[in-house]
Parts: sequence; structure tokens; C-alpha cells
Amino acid sequence: MNDGVNGVALAVFIFFFLLVTAMGFLAARWRKAENEHSLDEWGLGGRSFGTWVTWFLLGGDLYTAYTFVAVPAAIYAAGAAGFFAVPYTILVYPLIFTFLPRLWSVSHKHGYVTTSDFVRGRFGSKGLSLAVAVTGILATMPYIALQLVGIQAVLDVMGVGGGENTNWFVKDLPLLIAFGVLAAYTYSSGLRAPALIAFVKDTLIYIVIAVAIIYIPIKLGGFDEIFAKASEAYSQTNPATGAPRGALVPSEAGQWTYATLALGSALALFMYPHSITATLSSRSREVIRRNTTILPLYSLMLGLLALLGFMAIAAGVKVSNGQLAIPQLFEDMFPDWFAGVAFAAIGIGALVPAAIMSIAAANLFTRNIYKDFIKPDATPKQETQVSKIVSLLVKVGALVFVLTMDKTVAINFQLLGGIWILQTFPALVGGLFTRWFHRWALIGGWAVGMIYGTVAAYGVASPTQKHFGGSSKEIPGIGEIGYIGLTAFVLNVLVTVVLTFVFRAVKAPEGVDETRPQDYTADAGDAGVQVELPPATAGSSH
Amino acid sequence: MVTPTRVVIALCLVAPFVAMLWVGSYAKTDPQFIGIPFFYWYQMLWVLLSTVLTMTAYKLWQRDQRARSASKGGASR
Repeated sequence: MNDGVNGVALAVFIFFFLLVTAMGFLAARWRKAENEHSLDEWGLGGRSFGTWVTWFLLGGDLYTAYTFVAVPAAIYAAGAAGFFAVPYTILVYPLIFTFLPRLWSVSHKHGYVTTSDFVRGRFGSKGLSLAVAVTGILATMPYIALQLVGIQAVLDVMGVGGGENTNWFVKDLPLLIAFGVLAAYTYSSGLRAPALIAFVKDTLIYIVIAVAIIYIPIKLGGFDEIFAKASEAYSQTNPATGAPRGALVPSEAGQWTYATLALGSALALFMYPHSITATLSSRSREVIRRNTTILPLYSLMLGLLALLGFMAIAAGVKVSNGQLAIPQLFEDMFPDWFAGVAFAAIGIGALVPAAIMSIAAANLFTRNIYKDFIKPDATPKQETQVSKIVSLLVKVGALVFVLTMDKTVAINFQLLGGIWILQTFPALVGGLFTRWFHRWALIGGWAVGMIYGTVAAYGVASPTQKHFGGSSKEIPGIGEIGYIGLTAFVLNVLVTVVLTFVFRAVKAPEGVDETRPQDYTADAGDAGVQVELPPATAGSSH
Repeated sequence: MVTPTRVVIALCLVAPFVAMLWVGSYAKTDPQFIGIPFFYWYQMLWVLLSTVLTMTAYKLWQRDQRARSASKGGASR
């Protein structure tokens, strides 16, 4: 790599980049509503999206550039353990099916824009809502930063900006341009921009994967050959650890880790603010349930994508940084122009989620910190303005993060973010089904989960890192190695239950619940459920 | 209220958890499928199975809702 610029690939990449930039700016006019100065409009696309748009948006959230680079990279590095992403996404759908429609209903009934809005309304506690909001923002920031890492990987392999000896400005210029453009159209078009661009992203990604999964194995002599070579590579002893590099199948000891990682990640996914943003932007409750039946298409794609990790080994791709394995495989295997298409897919795959994530983080800040604590009488117009500005700041923050700090810092924080965000599960999902938990107990459980998770993750060493070396550790009391996030979550629930009994015994004030049981099953068209956009304007493209 | 339909819905939604979290049941390389070890193709097969199961749950749930609103005279959903 870095052996000169791949001109053809770069030209194709730039073509697609310009295309989505134009779409991003034009998106503001797509299905435009009368009142554009409301947070519902900018931050939730007017809550008007149908099944297909929601599907693309959720896909944009779930399968980010980082996923595309990191999942095969994990397989490339260690084999079977990296494949947990597939069972993880399988488990996500039954979960969505169960609780998201309730969240949709209650949010539409009461005009909630974020999960913290719901928590505040349900438990009458600004403190708990603040805890959820801060956790959400903290967990989202490194995630955005990792999207940049994904773009960087692609740029590196194309030979632009990758050289270590060029000065930093030239080196980072392409990334700065990409993010400047992203920031500009997110600012002007809000959630409509990523929703529209997601079409391009997913189409490109499907094409690339379909081609890769057929074309590359043929070139490499079939799956037999690929797995035989991979198996051989995994059995080589890693000089740093003295253990084999990996395995094709998880060992007895690795199975707990595999299962807990899958379950913990599945539970965490829909706690992320950006997943909720995509969900709440859908037009009706039905849209969400219908979506759970088509979303698994993405899992299939992810599974096939993961197999690319084995192909990278079989193709003899040698990279010191595992993140570069897949872009390098594309560069080696595909003709230049198609490598350009593949790189564009990854690049645009970074822009879409980064936009949704920054919007989600901005909504959280505006609704649950700015409006609750700084300026309670903010008008909808002011709210939107603050959100727009915060979405910019969040992106600048992520950019600074990536440019000034080592990449491993972003990855460590992303790992911590997953552990943290899972700790908001009891308040959110618990709250959707029962009011039994005491609000202060939920804060207590959250705090314990956060502290345990952080300390435990800090203590994990790996051959290359003293701290944050991984996300799994021995589960106290069971003795197996499991995902820290899930252990912290169980601890969180236990503390919450015990404290709830305590607070109930001492009759601590419970707070006012502004929701009613029937709010959780309300659908579009029922009395009191706001429909921002008249269906007439929404009947365009789906 | 527990009805047979709802039990089936619950089973459809719980099945993927049992299948996927029981890693020991599929942590092996044979039988292979076009050269892909069992561990990998089995999990990808479950993507399809879970899709079918969620779709079944969705259809049953819709029917259940319709039946319920019909019996209540369409008063609420």
C-alpha cells in the first residue's frame, strides 16, 4: 500500500462522493413539511418515514463503515470469535419486535424525541433522564470517531493522504473535506440527508458484497481452499502470546464469551440514541414491526462480509493494521474501477451513520440538557438551532479525537461506550413495561453498572495494551470468561431491584408518571397521536 | 391473557435466543457446505430461520390484534 495513488479507483470514489453530496443538500426539499423550524422536522424527518426508508435508515445505523472494516478485520485476526456479530444481529430483531413499538407509541403520544424524554416523562426524574442522556452522548461520540477511522482506512489504501512522511495537513485534507461536506448537509437537511443517502450506500454495498462473495472465491480456488488456508494460518503460534493466532471454531472456553458478547451487544444496540432516532422517525407502529421481518437481510450481508476476513488470509493479504485487511483485499482482487466502487461503498457507509449519530447526540443535548437544565422556555425554533449547532460540535469533536489521538483510543472508547450504553436498558426497557422500578433505584443501578464496567474494562490487558485490551473478563461467581457489559448489566439489574425494595419500604417519593397504560399501544390515527405530515405529501417513493 | 396464538408468538421470538446462545450445539466444523465449515453456514442459516420466525410472529400478532379489536367492537387497539 501507499505505492502511489490509485487514480481510477480514486476517480470512481470521488464521483460517488459528489453524487451523495448533491443528494444530501437536495434532501432538505424531499417531502418537506410546512414548519421546518421544529426539532421533529430536522431531527426526526417529520416522523414521516415508511417501511423502506426506515429500513434503509436502520440499516445505515446498524451496519456502519466501522462494522464493514472491523468485523472482517476481527475474523482476519482471530477467526471464529469475530463472527459473534452474526448471532448478535439475529437476536436484535426479536428484541425490536418486543419493545420498540411500545416506545414508538408512547413517544408519538407525548412528543418525545429522545429516550431521555421518555424516561423523564415516565419516572418524573430529571436526574435519571440526565444520566441516560449523558450516557448516550458519551457512547455516541467515539462511535462517530470510528466512522472516520473507516474512511481513513479506505483513503490509506487508495494511496491518498496515507503516507507517514507527508505533512499532517496534506495527509488529513481528504478527511477534512469529507467531514466538512457531511457537516454542511446534515446542518441544512437534518435527518432527511442520511435517509436519502442511505439508498445509495446500501445499493453500493449490496453490489460490492454480491460481487465479492462470488468473484473472490472463484479467484482463490473455492471455499475449501480458503478455509484450508485460513485454518493453517490460525494454527500458527503468535510470538506475542505463545498461543495459536485463532481458530475456525470457538473453543470450549470461548463459547461463553461468544454467547455473552452476542447477547450483550444485541441488548445494547437499541439503547444507542441513533437507533432510536431512526425508529422514532417512522410513520407508524406497524412500520417497525414490519421492519423486523426485512431487517435480517442485513445480517445475511454481514455474515457474507465476515467471510471476507478468511478470504483476506487466503489471498495472502499482509497488513500490520487489521483494519486495512478488507480495503487491501479489494484493491488486490478487483479491477481498479470496481475497487473504487467498493471504497465508495465503505466511505459513504461512514457518512450515513455519522450523520444520524450526530443528529441523535444533538437531540439528546438539546432536549435533555439544554431545555431541562439551561433554558426551560426554549421555543421549538431555538431548540432546532441549538441541535444544529451541537451536531456540528459533535462532529468537530470526533474529528479532533481522530486526528490528535491514537486510533486505539477511539476503539477503546467505543468498547467502553457499548458497556455504558447497556446500563440504560433497565430504565428504558424496564420503564416501557412496568413502573415498578423506583427512579432512584434505577439511578443507583446505572451508577454501579457504569463503575463496574469501566473498572473491569480498564483492567483487561492484552499483548499490545496494558488497559482496555478487550471486552471480556471472568464473570464473578461463574468463573467463565464473559462480556463485561453483560456482567455489569446483570449487576445493574440486581442493584436496581434491591434498591427498589428499600426505597419502597422507606416510602421515598415515586415521581409523577405522565404516561397512561393505553399510550403504549396507541397507533397512528388514534386520538392524540400526532401525525406531523399529511399522508398526501408522503406518498412519493415507497 | 394467555392464548395459544400468543404462546406460539412467544416461542417464535424466543427460539433464536436458545439456538444462538447455545454455542456448544454448533461449535464444530463438520458437516461442511460448499467448503464452508458448519459453524458459519449454520449461523447464516439461522438468519433465514429467524426471519421466517419473526414473520410468523408478525402475522399471528396482526391476526390476534384484529380478533381482539373485533371482539371489543373495535373500541381500542
